[in-house]
Amino acid sequence: MDVSMLQRTYSDLLTSLFREGILNQQFTELQQLQDENNPGFVFEVVSLFFEDSGRLINELISNFNQQAVDYKKIDAYVHQLKGSSASIGAEKIRSVCQTFREYYDKNDIQGCYNCIQPLNQEFVTFKSKLEALFTLEQQIVAAGGSIPMMRH
Amino acid sequence: MVSQEERELHVLAVDDSPVDRALISKLLRSSKFRVTSVDSAQRALELLDLESNVNMIFTDYSMPEMTGYDLLKRVKGSSELKKIPVVIMSSENVPNRICSCLEEGAEDFLIKPVRRDDVSRLCNRVLRC
Repeated sequence: MDVSMLQRTYSDLLTSLFREGILNQQFTELQQLQDENNPGFVFEVVSLFFEDSGRLINELISNFNQQAVDYKKIDAYVHQLKGSSASIGAEKIRSVCQTFREYYDKNDIQGCYNCIQPLNQEFVTFKSKLEALFTLEQQIVAAGGSIPMMRH
Repeated sequence: MVSQEERELHVLAVDDSPVDRALISKLLRSSKFRVTSVDSAQRALELLDLESNVNMIFTDYSMPEMTGYDLLKRVKGSSELKKIPVVIMSSENVPNRICSCLEEGAEDFLIKPVRRDDVSRLCNRVLRC
């Protein structure tokens, strides 16, 4: 694929991520922080998110499968996940975390439980799409092109 | 002759979230601060004990074991540390929490995600840079 085709594919993918509500404006803020001193900043922060959130979600699922569920611990995990997803612009993940906390505040345990599978699914989708985006970035740079910037 | 390190203002960033720690560090470095980041209030106090040249502290509110509020109280209760401006960050907009922190001497209370403008504004106001 030539550079212009790669750049078009990249722009289309990024546009769709915003249109589908997977990303929000905060992701653009991250991109604007990236500079020649730290050209891999977005990739580094999102990679940290993948690692940290993957761990938190595994802890959540594991805790819900215990006989005696520690809901306070689960809420703490979701709070962390909500915070970090908001920080990188992972809007759908943030939104499911928000819903979970609303159920938690109402002591609606079934509501909390019903959020776990969607949360995991949103994380898997987010990870897959962002990995595709970063792969395209690497291909564009390897082909001598520059990464298109989105304007909102 | 003053070194570059000595000219740069030194900010201590405290957050148990690795994502948020990376983000606040980047925001602060983009504003030309020298940044040290730690993952707990306890580590922050250990560093403050060793280093006398911290010009400002940015700390998350919700952290396990010792919160940002606890750290704020320890800093403001110390004759050596009380002049260091402390900024609290939180993803939750809880009015009582904000009031308590400001009453305890926090310079500001920022709602996450923190933006570049927040850091510039604070820098201009607090450190006159």
